[in-house]
Amino acid sequence: MLLIKCPWCGTRDESEFSYGGEADIARPATPDTLTDAEWADYLFMRKNPRGLHREQWVHAHGCRRWFVLERDTVTYRFSATREPG
Amino acid sequence: MRAKASSPDKGDSGGMGKQQPNRLPRGGRIDRSQPLTFHFNNRACQGYAGDTLASALLANGIDVIGRSFKYHRPRGIMGSGMEEPNAIIQVGVGADTVPNLRATEVALYDGLTASTVRGWPGLDFDLLAINDFCHRLLSAGFYYKTFMRPGALWKWYERCLRKASGLGVSPQLPDPDRYTHRNAHCDVLVVGAGPAGLMAALAAAKSGARVIIADEQSEFGGSLLYSAARVAGNSADEWLGKALTALADCPEVVLLPCSTVFGYYDYNFLTILERCRDRPAEPRQGLSPSPPEREGSKRQGEIRQRLWRVRAKRVILATGAIERPLVFPNNDRPGVMLASAVSHYIHRYGVCPGRRGLIFANNDSACQAALDLAAAGAAVAAVVDCRAAGPGAIADAVEQAGIDVFRGHVITGVTGRKRVRSVQVTPVSADGKTLNGASKTIACDLVAMSGGWSPAVHLHSQAGGGIAWSEAHACFIPDKPGQDNVSVGAGNGSFALDACLAEGQQVGLDAARQCGFEPVPFSTPKTVSATVNPLQPLWRTPALQSPERSPKQFLDYQNDTTVTDVRLAVREGFQNVEHVKRYTALGFGTDQGKLGNINGMAALAECLDKPIAEVGTTTFRPPYTPVAFGACAGMDVGQLYEPVRKTPLHDWHEAAGAEFEVVGQWLRPWYFPRAGEDRLPLPLTKKAGARGAETGGEGGDRRKPFATLSLAAQAPGEASAREDLPEAVARECLAARNSLAIMDASTLGKIEVQGLDAVAFLERIYTHNVAGMKIGRCAYGIMLGEDGMLMDDGVMARLGERHFYLTTTTGGAAGVLHWLEQWLQTEWPELKVYLTSVTERWATIALVGPNSRKLLQGLNGDIAFDQADFPFMSVRSGVLAGFAVQVFRVSFSGELAFEINVESDEALALWRKLMEAGGQYDITPYGTETMHVLRAEKGFVIVGQDTDGSVSPVDLGMNWLLTEDKDYLGKRSLARPDCRRADRKQWVGLLSEDGTTVLPEGTQLVEANTPGGRPPRLPLAALLEGSRLVGKPGRARGRARPIPMVGHVTSSYYSACLGHPIALALVSAGRARKGDHIHAALSDGRYVKVKIVSPIFYDPKGERQHV
Repeated sequence: MLLIKCPWCGTRDESEFSYGGEADIARPATPDTLTDAEWADYLFMRKNPRGLHREQWVHAHGCRRWFVLERDTVTYRFSATREPG
Repeated sequence: MRAKASSPDKGDSGGMGKQQPNRLPRGGRIDRSQPLTFHFNNRACQGYAGDTLASALLANGIDVIGRSFKYHRPRGIMGSGMEEPNAIIQVGVGADTVPNLRATEVALYDGLTASTVRGWPGLDFDLLAINDFCHRLLSAGFYYKTFMRPGALWKWYERCLRKASGLGVSPQLPDPDRYTHRNAHCDVLVVGAGPAGLMAALAAAKSGARVIIADEQSEFGGSLLYSAARVAGNSADEWLGKALTALADCPEVVLLPCSTVFGYYDYNFLTILERCRDRPAEPRQGLSPSPPEREGSKRQGEIRQRLWRVRAKRVILATGAIERPLVFPNNDRPGVMLASAVSHYIHRYGVCPGRRGLIFANNDSACQAALDLAAAGAAVAAVVDCRAAGPGAIADAVEQAGIDVFRGHVITGVTGRKRVRSVQVTPVSADGKTLNGASKTIACDLVAMSGGWSPAVHLHSQAGGGIAWSEAHACFIPDKPGQDNVSVGAGNGSFALDACLAEGQQVGLDAARQCGFEPVPFSTPKTVSATVNPLQPLWRTPALQSPERSPKQFLDYQNDTTVTDVRLAVREGFQNVEHVKRYTALGFGTDQGKLGNINGMAALAECLDKPIAEVGTTTFRPPYTPVAFGACAGMDVGQLYEPVRKTPLHDWHEAAGAEFEVVGQWLRPWYFPRAGEDRLPLPLTKKAGARGAETGGEGGDRRKPFATLSLAAQAPGEASAREDLPEAVARECLAARNSLAIMDASTLGKIEVQGLDAVAFLERIYTHNVAGMKIGRCAYGIMLGEDGMLMDDGVMARLGERHFYLTTTTGGAAGVLHWLEQWLQTEWPELKVYLTSVTERWATIALVGPNSRKLLQGLNGDIAFDQADFPFMSVRSGVLAGFAVQVFRVSFSGELAFEINVESDEALALWRKLMEAGGQYDITPYGTETMHVLRAEKGFVIVGQDTDGSVSPVDLGMNWLLTEDKDYLGKRSLARPDCRRADRKQWVGLLSEDGTTVLPEGTQLVEANTPGGRPPRLPLAALLEGSRLVGKPGRARGRARPIPMVGHVTSSYYSACLGHPIALALVSAGRARKGDHIHAALSDGRYVKVKIVSPIFYDPKGERQHV
């Protein structure tokens, strides 16, 4: 079980958290102007790297705040935590 | 820890000798004052407290414990711990029965019943032993080669194979035992309490660290429990007692015997299975084998197993090593044992497993077994050592005891089927590859073998650490650790006792320092380790014949994998160790190849002509040893499986005799049957003939347990249309339509939204015009996922300029709040909006029916309820009958209706007042079933029943809710080509043409009513979508042909108020097909003709709710 550092509550068991997928996917400001392909890219396409991956987590059974973590998908080590936005 | 229960010099307490022929008159760590009776295959046997089932069976002289997996060869006990591959037994009867336990790990208790898991008709005479003689037909992979064709026969093959090869029998009754979980943290977790682990724990604990030390055995000590060595001037046993006392005296030390660390996960998270009932401190006694008598007696409250979930700062793996068998012909005969197991049984249990032993080894450690056998009074025929130089210093002691040492010899044959009778010994070349001399036969009934030791690297490997091949010890040893852990002692390839003690102490002190404690050094206990001659790898004894011709040489005893199988796999092209494993079954089973794996890899390396290091091992995964499901579940079973949520009105409903259903953890009244009203299962069709009775509601709604029941109880054809649903539901429906009904809607999800940017936020969430809502008005709102599909719906109200109140579906409450928070926090953190769940603050009471307004107007209060002051879709706050309330004029039934929010702790009082005042209108409480019927009559959607995450608002006909001139979540997706397909499934109503059939929910809809029928003309896409088989409609019609499938039923009820069944369905391009006829394919093969209609069946203009 992973140990995850919530930026507000500190280090807690993985079971207190929910995963929110890849981070840094900004919602397009004007979706109406996008082509179908561009919209599909935003909607469906996600990275699946071997190595460092920036991803969103929420302390679902704690402070209910979202944050961004950088996780190594090979070693499961976390290297950075920051608030979203 | 338990002190040693009997002094070694205390003699046998008479009479037992006869029943336990192999029990030594004295010695062992058993309690001879506590004799125990147990049954093995219905034979009554005796043992002592402190025995394992295996030691007791050996004491009773029982040689054959089981039959092997494939060849049904007789097998005896080979090991003394978790590595045991043969003695796999079924323990207990009835609900208590546990399959596939290793006899070496079952602590003996009085009344234990055990049986062999294989052997038919019996263990002694097993018909399938014929397999042993036709082994050429049963080579590796025979399963894949033999049983593949014809495919249809697999079901028959499978049944026979299961019987032939299966292991134990699963219990058929609920487990009566209790299991728990415990979370723990510690500075240092020590795995294994042998000499290295004990020293490590002592060093860390004396330095002040919080230590947990776990060992799978019932007693701490590991090899010290059967060692003849002297430690710090004491016998091993005495030193062990002192060390345990010292350890127990340290503060913050948790000692866990009978506890297997079976999993090592990320971030030093480890799982331990503690077998509480096996702990020797609490001997089980006098338990009757019949479960009813047992219940409520000693079992009450007793924990059988406890699963520890430990987060450790530092982990010390002192897991020891597992002795390897040697590979020679017939090396599986009962009487062939691991040398260490022989010593173990003699020293620990006072059991001598043979009368005339012979040692066969490639290293020095096995000589101890010769000395132990001699000391126990058994004859020792010889020590056979493949090394030309033979054993080191210990050889002197062996020869002084008058035991012959055959240097440079190997065993080339074993005679005896149910017990070893003799072995054939042949000289071997110095490199161990070729035989070079005449064989001689030596009589013996016990072969104690040792092929070296394999460190138990399993946990190290689970933690992500690498392993490396050690040429010196011919074994894999831990390499770089994957986490904050270190391996020590025999588990790290340090086999000498003095090295174990010294290294253990060092890593214990290091661990304490790493955890922030000042190490407190102490002197290392002195011990003398004799000089040893190095081990000589001997992976397979050279045979007199080729491996294929000679008797079987087993690698993996549990799976009957032989050298020949590995060679065959290589000949057939398998090279990777993982592939060979799966082809030959090497390393599968309950022991996961603890004994056989390394020998198997060596056999593979030999065939491939590669070094073993290059062949590598298969992956080590948790669990290290099998774990019962009960322990995994812990307390989370039965009523504790999931939380139960009850509304503030629950007790009233219960008193009123409500039937309940579970909706998203909530217990909701389902309907309120009155005395005399039937609660019969809901018939699926009035024509419940013989075939109709079989119509299972397989595709039906899970909410309706009665829809899945057979109708056999009901006489065919007798049911009137009105009896097609419980009388109570019909009565409740009519009350709501004709007078007044009341429902507890407290489970609705409720969220308050406040803040400067509340409007801007909700505009992006909802599809309708939020900014245009006036204060005090309500709106029906839907939320879409970014993929454009309907996610949740509910009424939302504007309570103030920057203050909104949202409702969600009962099951969707938590998910919607989570969804809103995610957007707010991650995408739009600049918006000043605050979300609060008020689901449990408010209880909600729905008053439904033409008389609802009159009732409210008759109560004291300050809210005007007339149409002009309180129009449809608006909200008012005020006082009603003395209670502060929020009243919403909304309707989920199509009737004039009000939903009243009242503080939860006042809900019961208000409900009672409403029931009392409503008496004049025959106020009728109703449940979720009636709610579903009422809304279906009006064509109101239920998210999650009529939708499944792939249904857009356009599919549902909700275009009127979609605002063009703003953006909202999911809007862009509605313009994707797939969302605009003309043949998308659309939500429509269905009427059964016979006017009586209530279609099971989930029923598939097809164009034609016979598979062979000519389908009507359809758009190409619909044909393509429909070109799948519907299943087999019956053999008489021959092969099934494709039928265009056009949709499925999402909701279906009998409508009491309309007098006929109604259904809602998703039908391809359905809205344009109103008036068309299609067919519902029932699961019994019948077809029901249905007409496509509007989903609004009742009051299509919506006049009733606007009065």
